[in-house]
Amino acid sequence: MLRLLLTLLLLLPLATQASEGEFFLGAKPAEQASLLEGWAAQPEPARLALLENLREGRIADDDTRKVRLNNRLRGLIDNALASHQLLSADSDLRLAAARQLQKSAQPAQMALLDRAFASEPDAAVHAALGLALANLQLGASEPRVRLAAVRLLGETGDPLARTRLEALLQPGAEPDAGVRTAAETSLAQVQRKLLFGEILGQAFSGLSLGSILLLAALGLAITFGLLGVINMAHGEMLMLGAYSTYLVQVLLQRYAPGAIEFYPLIALPVAFAVSAGVGMALERTVIRHLYGRPLETLLATWGISLILIQAVRLLFGAQNVEVSNPAWLSGGIQVLPNLVLPYNRLVIIGFALAVVLLTWLLLNRTRLGLNVRAVTQNRNMAACCGVSTGRVDMLAFGLGSGIAGLGGVALSQVGNVGPDLGQSYIIDSFLVVVLGGVGQLAGSLWAAFGLGIANKLLEPQIGAVLGKILILALIILFIQKRPQGLFALKGRVID
Amino acid sequence: MNQPLLVTATQKVGPRLSLAIGAIVILVLLALPLLSLLPDGHTLQVSAYTLTLVGKILCYAIVALALDLVWGYAGLLSLGHGLFFALGGYAMGMYLMRQAAGDGLPGFMTFLSWSELPWYWAGTQHFAWALCLAVLAPGMLALVFGWFAFRSRIKGVYFSIMTQALTFAGMLLFFRNETGFGGNNGFTSFRTILGFEITAPGTRAVLFLLTVALLLGSLYLCWWLTRSKFGRLLTALRDAENRLMFCGYDPRGFKLLVWVLSAVLCGLAGALYVPQVGIINPSEMSPTNSIEAAVWVALGGRGTLIGPLLGAGLVNGMKSWFTVAFPEFWLFFLGALFILVTLYLPKGVVGLLKKRSQP
Repeated sequence: MLRLLLTLLLLLPLATQASEGEFFLGAKPAEQASLLEGWAAQPEPARLALLENLREGRIADDDTRKVRLNNRLRGLIDNALASHQLLSADSDLRLAAARQLQKSAQPAQMALLDRAFASEPDAAVHAALGLALANLQLGASEPRVRLAAVRLLGETGDPLARTRLEALLQPGAEPDAGVRTAAETSLAQVQRKLLFGEILGQAFSGLSLGSILLLAALGLAITFGLLGVINMAHGEMLMLGAYSTYLVQVLLQRYAPGAIEFYPLIALPVAFAVSAGVGMALERTVIRHLYGRPLETLLATWGISLILIQAVRLLFGAQNVEVSNPAWLSGGIQVLPNLVLPYNRLVIIGFALAVVLLTWLLLNRTRLGLNVRAVTQNRNMAACCGVSTGRVDMLAFGLGSGIAGLGGVALSQVGNVGPDLGQSYIIDSFLVVVLGGVGQLAGSLWAAFGLGIANKLLEPQIGAVLGKILILALIILFIQKRPQGLFALKGRVID
Repeated sequence: MNQPLLVTATQKVGPRLSLAIGAIVILVLLALPLLSLLPDGHTLQVSAYTLTLVGKILCYAIVALALDLVWGYAGLLSLGHGLFFALGGYAMGMYLMRQAAGDGLPGFMTFLSWSELPWYWAGTQHFAWALCLAVLAPGMLALVFGWFAFRSRIKGVYFSIMTQALTFAGMLLFFRNETGFGGNNGFTSFRTILGFEITAPGTRAVLFLLTVALLLGSLYLCWWLTRSKFGRLLTALRDAENRLMFCGYDPRGFKLLVWVLSAVLCGLAGALYVPQVGIINPSEMSPTNSIEAAVWVALGGRGTLIGPLLGAGLVNGMKSWFTVAFPEFWLFFLGALFILVTLYLPKGVVGLLKKRSQP
């Protein structure tokens, strides 16, 4: 009776949209499911609006009645909607629909997919539809159809195709020997294509890690070169930058919700000012009194970092705070089927390079930079020539801390923001400084990206921990060859 | 002569006074375990908690002494001594776990459904081998790391950072379950040591006395070393390594010797720490712990033998009081201690006392 009714409903061109919606609303969940399956197999352009509304849990824009949905129904709605979107004129929409159908298509939709595949003008959508179709054809009863599907799957570089083929190669899954051998060749083909994307993806995440390490280590390298002290509180400058971002976000939400889209940009100067201010204050009050005693400075700055961490913990709580990506930083570019480059990471890589460029300009094209370089090379001689070394120290320390603050803004867009944020990056950034050499921008650049990429390439092969240990061992061995780092300043000073 | 009477007096009495204080401290330390054996309810009875706490601090004092030997005398600030301490602890822990497990596998391994012990657990059912491991593991690691580090003349801040990275790497390694050392839970719930109940008052007292003995032994060893020509070489190494080289010495061997010795002392301290405290986990290797040891030494006074012991006692005593009374403010206090000691007490408490007695 119900089947009959449904068929009638589907066949009746008189059935208007509104009544379909009413009918759906009144039906039981099981009936709703078969209704949706029917719609998915035979899409009608007029039904698109209804399906879009159903996804929002209503039957029409101005209808306040709630449609109760479970996950299965939601999946079926998505599937039916994708079917309908295939009829759309917008190729992006069709592509999205084809991707959805790769995952969710039902055998009943085979005829529809066949038609769409044959008539599709856009190449990308055509390929995606082919994959969706092949997915379906794998379930066909004729070996010939299955063989064609397997061949089609082999031509794509899609992770989904790999899982399908692997499932097919399970013992007992495929009775036909010819299809099995074809599946093996296809699987090898797919894996070759995927491997390329995987390696690119690892290299990209390495670049992304490297750019963060670069932002963390750049300031450290400057202050280390200038003062000969390692600032253990440098990681906390990152943390202060990240918390400044959080505060800017909260304040904008409250007082200027219109500008919230651009809060990371507004946070940049704020974070720079906060970190640089704290850094300069530290230099004036503590570090200045410890010149010539680098090991003591190490301990004192560690003490400062403990105090800063605990202060932030008391002020903001020990839990991570919520920093969200603005819309223009979320999402990414799909380069290969298994390689998405997220916008936030792309932006951070660009940002890190921009910061390096600015720092380079500052150090090489300004009076302050000249003074910083002079003091780095020979403090006494610079002082004799009238450079106010104390002021230069303070400003350079402020600069180094400020760069870390900028790094904190970047970090807040990709990772968690908590009181221990700085601690997790500090040892790696020390290693960057050790590897890159003192006070050398180029050294820091190469060391940061090198360490980042090496880390990420080793991670999937031997695990994150063993990778880190291996890298440490490599650094120790490397220092045997080049004790002063990659790019050493040449000098004849000896104590 | 022309000195004021008071100064002459303190100079004459000073050594005798410190000798007397030292004797009293040793007597008290020897008496503590005996007092803990008194029956419950006795007014003089020392609780198991106090005994464990003091025993723990004594182990830390040995670490401080070992660190002082490399930092105060040879000028190598290690931020990774926690690693050697924990390695010694793990070596003893392996034996204790085997004791607790009897013929079977330790609990965490059955939990991971391992069917047999990894190769490096071989022989750990023997106490003697565990003791050897407690010396060998930190010693070999220090030897390899030191050989590479001193060969390429890594020193100063570079050396500190490399040691810190080393202990960090060790911590990450021991946090993994697959490493076979119990993951982040580490080793705990020990039962017996050499057949004795580990929580029995008698066992505790003996362990405590052993710790005191190790402390006194390492104190004597350090005293003898620093008095000798070797000690003078170390000081020269700290103050002007290049000049020492120009005098015809090769500093690498001396550095390596003192570095390995220091690591071994730490390992032994760790081996005594674990049965007393009853737990060892990878957080002992965290860089924070190792750097805290540096402040014990700095507070007490570098380059002296009594200073680090004093510093370890003071800081840990304060820590156990603070973390109960004002848990939020302990880190503020510790941080301030780091800053104030480096700024105003470069020679530590011992330097302060010396200055007082010799104005």
